[in-house]
Amino acid sequence: MYIGLVTGTVVATIKHEAFHGRKLLIVDQLDPDGEPTGAYDICVDVVQAGIGDRVLVMDEGNGARQILQRAVAPVRAVIVGIIDDVEF
Amino acid sequence: MQLAKVIGTVVATQKYEGLEGIKFLIVQPLSKQQQPKGEPVVAADATAQAGPDTLVFIVGSREAAQALPNTFVPVDHAIVGIVDDVQGSN
Repeated sequence: MYIGLVTGTVVATIKHEAFHGRKLLIVDQLDPDGEPTGAYDICVDVVQAGIGDRVLVMDEGNGARQILQRAVAPVRAVIVGIIDDVEF
Repeated sequence: MQLAKVIGTVVATQKYEGLEGIKFLIVQPLSKQQQPKGEPVVAADATAQAGPDTLVFIVGSREAAQALPNTFVPVDHAIVGIVDDVQGSN
């Protein structure tokens, strides 16, 4: 998983059915110090995250399918948490 | 998943079984600001509706094949949506 910052939304009417009814958010990947790494992902949101939220992103297909409760889904990146604090 | 732009088409009549009827498009992966980033790739169009210059989003690795009718096929990039709008700060 990685820490990210929600910076945008993708609107798409024509999309695979696994995305129907799901919000698609653009998440900038952050390093542990909170600096953008330059990478981004379009993620499926399941925790009602919004622009400006620091979030936890799980980027793995098997986990995504379990979260979406679909045996088949072309999905990897899913927002699974909204971060309150990071200490290390 | 990443944003990408459709820049071409690949036609291959002889191909691995299970790939019949699948449209293959050349897509240029894009940065968040929709600028070209990295090398173009050939992606299976799971929407079957993406045309030239269309802004799409693609998924990679094994999950790409999960977007197709036959999910056990050698496909590692798939177009899984056509973008209407991208909102937010970039």
